Amino acid sequence: MVSNDFSSDIQTKMSTKIVIAGGFGAGKTTLVGSVSEIPAVTTEAVMTEASVPHDDTSATPQKVTTTVAMDFGRITVDQQLILYMFGTPGQARFWFMWDDLVRGAVGAVVVVDCRRLADSFEAVDYFETNRRIPYVVALNKFDGALEYTTEQIREALEVSSDVPILDFDARDRSSSGSVLKTLLRYALSNNAAAAPVG
Amino acid sequence: MSYRKRRGSRIRPYTFTGGRTRSRHPLMVQTLVSTADPSNDAPANLMPESQRIYLLCRETRSVAEVSAELKIPLGVTQVLLSDLAELGVVYIHPTITGDSPSENQVLERALRGLERLFQ
Repeated sequence: MVSNDFSSDIQTKMSTKIVIAGGFGAGKTTLVGSVSEIPAVTTEAVMTEASVPHDDTSATPQKVTTTVAMDFGRITVDQQLILYMFGTPGQARFWFMWDDLVRGAVGAVVVVDCRRLADSFEAVDYFETNRRIPYVVALNKFDGALEYTTEQIREALEVSSDVPILDFDARDRSSSGSVLKTLLRYALSNNAAAAPVG
Repeated sequence: MSYRKRRGSRIRPYTFTGGRTRSRHPLMVQTLVSTADPSNDAPANLMPESQRIYLLCRETRSVAEVSAELKIPLGVTQVLLSDLAELGVVYIHPTITGDSPSENQVLERALRGLERLFQ
């Protein structure tokens, strides 16, 4: 582990978090890897599995605990502020841990693979239902071209009219960075609308 | 089908935490922690896990990083860190959640930082 990137000053450092959501294989980890200053790290949380019926074909129905892996990355924004990006587990059966992961986030990105729109329904649903957290929808261009217009996607995924939808390439650092900038601008405009400066 | 396989004598992670699963301090995955005084040795009588956490925290890191580096599950890391904070030997840094308008200034700083980094 590189230790020199942590300055030893006693100034108070602060941190903040963005959640990267989306279907399995939509490009969440790729996005995190593109913008993170460290290789994406995986941490594991041991969860006690709620007895939600999931896979009928599951070979281990008696399993009581499960280990959920979360990928995360880091951007040192300035000397005092560190921004973490946390990827949500892609499988729907880990939805029960979303509240813990999302709590305290300044915003979320839902990464969408346009070839598999249905995979992002659950993530969009989650943030549409829980409108406390500002989110943007980022369409990952896998083949360099998008098959649908932004408005078609908005209609198909039932994304509110004020939520930004943009396309990007998760492999590209600058393109992925634009997604984060769009999210922060949107979060700030939301806050300004909610609490006018007096 | 009532046969239940007996579990081994493996120590469950929550044994370390005395069965507690909640931390008393607002420790989120992104929250930064550091030792109150980086030059101090670990306090006596710490459990080995807490001692490892303490030593790692001599440099500021997030709860998630502590958990990943020491391979201690997140929930356990949170409880042990909370205990160290209670003892006054680990400092919990402020976490910006964007919930309060007073944090807008910090979010604006974050945006300016991103604009500088990703042009």
